[in-house]
Amino acid sequence: MRFCGDSGDGMQLAGTQFTNTSALAGNDIATFPDFPAEIRAPRGTKAGVSGFQIHFASKEIFTPGDQVDALVAFNPAALTTNLMDLVSGGILVINKDAFDEKGLKQAGYEENPLEDGSLAAYQVFPIEVTRLTRLAVDDLGLGMKEADRCRNFYAMGLVFWLYDRSLEPTLRYIEAKFGKRPEIAEANRRALKAGYNYGETTEAFASQFRVNKAELVPGLYRNIMGNEATAYGLITAAKRSNCQLFLGSYPITPASDILHELAKHKNFGVLTFQAEDEIAAVTSAIGAAFGGSMSVTTSSGPGIALKQEAIGLAVMTELPLLVINVQRGGPSTGLPTKTEQADLLQAVCGRNGECPLPVIAARSPADCFDAVQEAWRIAVRYMTPVFLLTDGYIANGSEPWKIPDLKSLAPIEVKHPGPLSDGDVFHAYARDERLARPWAIPGTPGLMHRIGGLEKQDITGNVNYEPANHQHMVDLRARKVANIALDIPPQAVDGPATGKLLVLSWGGTYGACATAVREVQAKGGAVAHAHLRYLNPFPANLGELFKNYEKVLIPELNKGQLRLLIRGQYMVDAAGLNKVQGKPFSVYEIVNKINELLR
Amino acid sequence: MSTTSLPVLTANDFASDQDVRWCPGCGDYSILAQMKKVLPSLGVPPEKMVFVSGIGCSSRFPYYMNTYGIHSIHGRAPAVATGLKASRPDLMVWVITGDGDGLSIGGNHLMHAIRRNLDINIVLFNNRIYGLTKGQYSPTSPLGKVTKSTPMGAIDNPLHPLSIAIGCEGTFIARSIDTNIKHLGAMLKRAAEHRGTSFIEVYQNCNVFNDGAFDYATDRETKADTTIELEHGKPLIFGKNRDKGIRLNGMNPEVVELGKGISEDDLLFHDEQAPEPSLAYLLSRMSYPEFPEPIGVFRAVNHPMYDDLLNAQVVEARKARGDGDLSKLFNSGETWTVA
Ligand SMILES: Cc1ncc(C[n+]2csc(CCOP(=O)(O)OP(=O)(O)O)c2C)c(N)n1
Ligand code: SF4
Repeated sequence: MRFCGDSGDGMQLAGTQFTNTSALAGNDIATFPDFPAEIRAPRGTKAGVSGFQIHFASKEIFTPGDQVDALVAFNPAALTTNLMDLVSGGILVINKDAFDEKGLKQAGYEENPLEDGSLAAYQVFPIEVTRLTRLAVDDLGLGMKEADRCRNFYAMGLVFWLYDRSLEPTLRYIEAKFGKRPEIAEANRRALKAGYNYGETTEAFASQFRVNKAELVPGLYRNIMGNEATAYGLITAAKRSNCQLFLGSYPITPASDILHELAKHKNFGVLTFQAEDEIAAVTSAIGAAFGGSMSVTTSSGPGIALKQEAIGLAVMTELPLLVINVQRGGPSTGLPTKTEQADLLQAVCGRNGECPLPVIAARSPADCFDAVQEAWRIAVRYMTPVFLLTDGYIANGSEPWKIPDLKSLAPIEVKHPGPLSDGDVFHAYARDERLARPWAIPGTPGLMHRIGGLEKQDITGNVNYEPANHQHMVDLRARKVANIALDIPPQAVDGPATGKLLVLSWGGTYGACATAVREVQAKGGAVAHAHLRYLNPFPANLGELFKNYEKVLIPELNKGQLRLLIRGQYMVDAAGLNKVQGKPFSVYEIVNKINELLR
Repeated sequence: MSTTSLPVLTANDFASDQDVRWCPGCGDYSILAQMKKVLPSLGVPPEKMVFVSGIGCSSRFPYYMNTYGIHSIHGRAPAVATGLKASRPDLMVWVITGDGDGLSIGGNHLMHAIRRNLDINIVLFNNRIYGLTKGQYSPTSPLGKVTKSTPMGAIDNPLHPLSIAIGCEGTFIARSIDTNIKHLGAMLKRAAEHRGTSFIEVYQNCNVFNDGAFDYATDRETKADTTIELEHGKPLIFGKNRDKGIRLNGMNPEVVELGKGISEDDLLFHDEQAPEPSLAYLLSRMSYPEFPEPIGVFRAVNHPMYDDLLNAQVVEARKARGDGDLSKLFNSGETWTVA
């Protein structure tokens, strides 16, 4: 189902409450919040429409769903921009009060769709949400504006009745959030109950729906958003490696919430630094990494572009550093609140010189937690900056997260060499069996050394411009990163080990690809699915996998960036399915493409 | 019974094994020598010191020090130092930068490092030219300066580094000259001892691309008349015969001759601890040839330090909420069990 309305109508809150309640009821869930880039587009216009979609099910699900079975539209602009996603015969709840002359005109309607028969294909429930909400809170002495602010709770109540949901979690939320302002808390409670009672008493709806618990892996669960999972992952990785966490960051949508979340948890010893710009954000993190901290910098595409020179410095100085890119639509400022996967080449190739570094990607909101663990494990084990790619879709989306068993989280080993006695010489660029150099930190007697962006002499780390040394060092840095392929799990495949078609995906399109492939498999299609976590280096067995399938399909929310890398490295003539609309794939888009290739 | 005494360090203990590669005669040598001379007197062992630099001739400095060092990227040394010092308040952090490095590409970071007042020491080598890239004008080059990139003369107004530092709420601001080694050493020492960001501008001669830019201030014949040494609580007197001074005329400084009815008491008295930076700013605007150029400490005041405040928040958060507990964090919000 989807709530949509003006960005001031509280649709995100309604969506979040419904999500949490569904999660607590034991459903599997996936969400997709979609909001405008403008903080305050003119009220009632199409530019100001904000939506929140929730997919909840009694079986395992991977996406927020292509189409919605129920739509709550708070105004005409929301209706016109969302109606095409409602299934025929679907439930359409409308705030009738907003369908006045002005509202209709702002949305570009010449006639009222509630009256002209254009909604005949749906089950329409025009409800005077505004009037009924005002009535419900009438005697509390609120102003009209404050009363109207409760409308989303009214709509929630109605939807909660429709899906037989408990009001309890939301009542608890109201108490926690507005407890200090009793009249507001009471108004929201009343609006919520009024909406619920409306559903129960009016017989407006023919029936209630009940969605049973999903069969998830046993365990303790909570609901989590991608950026939140990333922040939790960072705190956890710091703890596992016994490092102080330092975040250098500069606000940018959709990455800022990682900064916000970490700033809340200073009691974990987390240092957050809101820098003056992205360059200061990443360079401060490099400074902290030199000092021995677990250093992280977070941003989105344009900010990452600014950081690249410094990331090159981190490659040259061989310091561990996490660079997290919550991708959004580009180029330039692009589509700041919409999702895209178009920064893959920026991560893999976007620096000057031969500058390889490991790149990994998270595949879903909860997976951000695990992806961070892996990124940090690689960064310290190989003394290298690591790129972690997420995207706006998984950063803001949510799903149930099986809370990890803390005992199952093994320590991440971090070694700082100890003091040297007088006369012994410290070599800052000596290497261990994995070609990692020592992470010697200031304060340690005898290990004084100087690093920087100039080419290093092998072993000593002294500045060196000799041709043969440069060739050697470039080769060495490349080999170090390439060897990581031997230290990551081989690529797994979901489906037949040989066959007609392999769908290869990465990042946030996981859910849509997994669902599409299973759908086709269920109908007997010879298709398998491989989802990449590691984008540089690729898993060691990937080249072999391609030989087992006649065709390879790579769906991406870009113009074919992974495809370029795969073709370049493996000479595989992979087909692409590419979309750049600021929107995630629909399952049917992928199903259609698979079927076309299987024909 | 055996006794161990702390080793007495010398300048040599702070010298790295690397060949110094500046042009012969470059002013950088003298600054390096003074630094190595001052550090042993601070009681801080070499392993507790980090030199951070950007890019430029001056930024090669860390390679020549037997301390920890990071030669970073153009203009970003203050930001690197910020992350380092914020996360490792136990270290003594020096930033070495040039006029191009610090004021051009790195102007933003310099500004923010100073206003945050971390306990770091920034030394800006001002040679009024880009040395490493072979002689383009810099943000401190005077109007009309003819260089490779300005064959018809520079047309951008020059910046005054100290005015900027004062505008950024700098808590320790000083100026010295590469050849005035005693003074330079004293300034470095005071900077090191200051709690908060210290910012020193050092006039440095680039004898290859801008030779003699500061001759007026270094020439034995003229320096007494073209510079004025600031001393806390003392009147501003200068001149070979110490017969000239600076007096305030309304809001403006003016050069006056002592005697002839003007006594020391009529002069401007220097107060480096003045809470208001207006006087320090006024001094930073005095430039040759209208005025003698002040050297010494313009400003030295106390103010809370970013690294202290940041780490104090961690302590405070722990006091209020206890040490971070992952299981509590994970289980925050609503949870449910799937059997
Ligand atoms: C991103 C970037 N841009 C430009 C340069 C080239 N560059 C190196 S040093 C320099 C100017 C340095 O001038 P200054 O700070 O005055 O240092 P000096 O060499 O005079 O000590 C420039 C432009 C660079 N290394 N990196
Ligand atoms: S170019 Fe100028 S600043 Fe650079 S080393 Fe030579 S003399 Fe010194």
